[in-house]
Amino acid sequence: MRPRIRLLTPEIIGRILGEAFELLMSPGVRVGSAPVIELLQSAGVEVNDGVARIPEPLVQNCLASAPRDFYLYNRQGEKAVHYGGDHVHFDPGSCCVQMLDPDTLEARPSETRDLVRLIQVTETLPQFAAQSTAVVCNDAPSAIGDLYRLFVVLQNSDKPVVTGSFSAAGLPSMIDLLAADSGSRDNLRRKPRAVFDVCPSPPLNWSEFGSHNLLDLARAGVPAEIVSMPLAGGTAPVTLAGSVTQHAAEVLAGITLHQLAGPGSPIVWGGAPAIFDMRTGGAPMGAVETAMLNMACAEVGKHLGLPTHGYLVATDSKFVDAQAGAESARSAMLGALTGINMISGAGMLDSLACHSVEKLVIDAESIASAYRLVRGIEVRGETVATAMFAQTGLSGEFLKLKETRALFRQEQHLPSSVIDRSARGSQPPSDAFTRARARVDELLSIYQKPSLPEEVLRTFQTIVEREADRAGIATAFR
Amino acid sequence: MRQSIIDGTSDTAAELAQQALANGIDPLEAVNQGFAAGITFAGDQFGCGQMFLPDLLASAEAMKTAINILEPEMLKRGSQRETLGKIVLGTARGDIHDIGKNLVATILSASGFQIFDLGTSVSPEQFVAKAKEVDADIVGISALLTTTMAGQKAVIEALDRSGLRPRVKAIIGGAAVTQKWAAEIGADGYSRNAIDALELAKNLMSTMANKETAPA
Repeated sequence: MRPRIRLLTPEIIGRILGEAFELLMSPGVRVGSAPVIELLQSAGVEVNDGVARIPEPLVQNCLASAPRDFYLYNRQGEKAVHYGGDHVHFDPGSCCVQMLDPDTLEARPSETRDLVRLIQVTETLPQFAAQSTAVVCNDAPSAIGDLYRLFVVLQNSDKPVVTGSFSAAGLPSMIDLLAADSGSRDNLRRKPRAVFDVCPSPPLNWSEFGSHNLLDLARAGVPAEIVSMPLAGGTAPVTLAGSVTQHAAEVLAGITLHQLAGPGSPIVWGGAPAIFDMRTGGAPMGAVETAMLNMACAEVGKHLGLPTHGYLVATDSKFVDAQAGAESARSAMLGALTGINMISGAGMLDSLACHSVEKLVIDAESIASAYRLVRGIEVRGETVATAMFAQTGLSGEFLKLKETRALFRQEQHLPSSVIDRSARGSQPPSDAFTRARARVDELLSIYQKPSLPEEVLRTFQTIVEREADRAGIATAFR
Repeated sequence: MRQSIIDGTSDTAAELAQQALANGIDPLEAVNQGFAAGITFAGDQFGCGQMFLPDLLASAEAMKTAINILEPEMLKRGSQRETLGKIVLGTARGDIHDIGKNLVATILSASGFQIFDLGTSVSPEQFVAKAKEVDADIVGISALLTTTMAGQKAVIEALDRSGLRPRVKAIIGGAAVTQKWAAEIGADGYSRNAIDALELAKNLMSTMANKETAPA
């Protein structure tokens, strides 16, 4: 039996969706871009002063055309991420601007070398089914920062990528880059390598940039992941149920725009909801209520039969310390027990402001434990215990049994050297951060850079140079 | 009066302000001896974690209500509230996220600064014009997105060109803003949250005061 957690009853989900549909009519949804307004109007939606009132029957039609599941593929063209059902995957958190320096323990602006380290470590860890464009590279020109991050990931990884653009103009060149990687736009559509996060602005606002991205992705057939981020009490109702309702309305509006532009194009019911901290005005990503919001939002998406995403395994601590471990491990378990298809956030500190490779390898252990937990307790063999006792009697010699040798690897997750279970001995014990630093070095030493055909690399280069030219930073990557 | 601000009850604060006017109490006295004591207390309580943002917002709202009622009489008598300083606030062009900026406005205003809030997606020219108009001490530019942070630089450049700086200080804030960015664009300071923004503004004002009193 696979263990599951549910926070909402079907009756409460019904009420949440009912009120979400009401919100789509009143107060309606702000939409920022002229093409989006035209698209909505051509579907019979009333738009006044940039506010659309989207009727439920139209939303239901769009929900019906959204795929129930889809895959992301690795560079070899193999299925690597299954969006849909209760499949659970993790990827590192994305879009950080700072990096924790393991020597000084200070947060400093993140650079290309940090992104490369994060990619290399992620590549070696089976806990991460996908890469993410994890940090902003402050050493690269910000005008093409989104394209550049994807360029760095594609050069250093074979895994699928969770990414996103920084502007409406940034997306097409990123799709070009992925198409070059896949061989053609058609190949990319058939076997997508990446999913793009697209964010509405709370409350109930699809800005020009976000809604434009949705349209472009739908038309290109490249998967989109709607990351709605209500802050309960700040930019959304203070009640968790109220924020889940706002989240549902924002995502339903997004799915409607997306499916109107490209019916059947893959779309994910995602989010990064959080509570609003009433002392600091921040978004505490490690709070249990933040985890509860992510769980409940995903439950609503599952109820509609859609692929899901959430933002967990992150912490508000500034260091890789006990708070970081507690908050991240807790939410990894809760996300897995909910069956969220893609859980982003591992490696992140300081309420998503700072990344850490050391935290990433510790989080990988929490994720492995979460995977073990959701595998549940299985019955192996004819009897649960008596057959083994028939061999040992009262001798207690279970270690000698062939069953023990055959089954212990399935029964027990064997943690890496990050986790200390040793007896106190001659060596002085170390703390998790010290062990994580050693583990990072170990993983970097086994990492192998993928070999890309020269021709593909040249095309990558051409696209990046073309965009650099366009942004007036012609010599940046020559 | 003090209690109505601490409790954040705008109705009571309004009644008391009207009573003060009816009884001929000097409106400036009513603010300084009554209502302002409440907001100072609320600010302190917030600072030490005994009151929370919704409480503080309610207190600030009650304060605003009381002052709006007393202000016409203050003007008539030619008396003016002493403020810690004048601050022009807004979010950079293209950015519509204003929750952080609004919190900063509330906390600074509750703490005694006079706030001129230009709202969201404000152009550099608007920042400069307002700073000139009100003779601002500080201009605060907020930007949430990495894409709109360039707008902070544009405002600072416009303030430089207008000749307002270095007399007028420029401070920035926003989730992605870092010390490095603040230094790069020549800001006089940055803060990660509204509480730090208050400290920053107070420090800048005292630096300015020291300069003014310093012998030439």
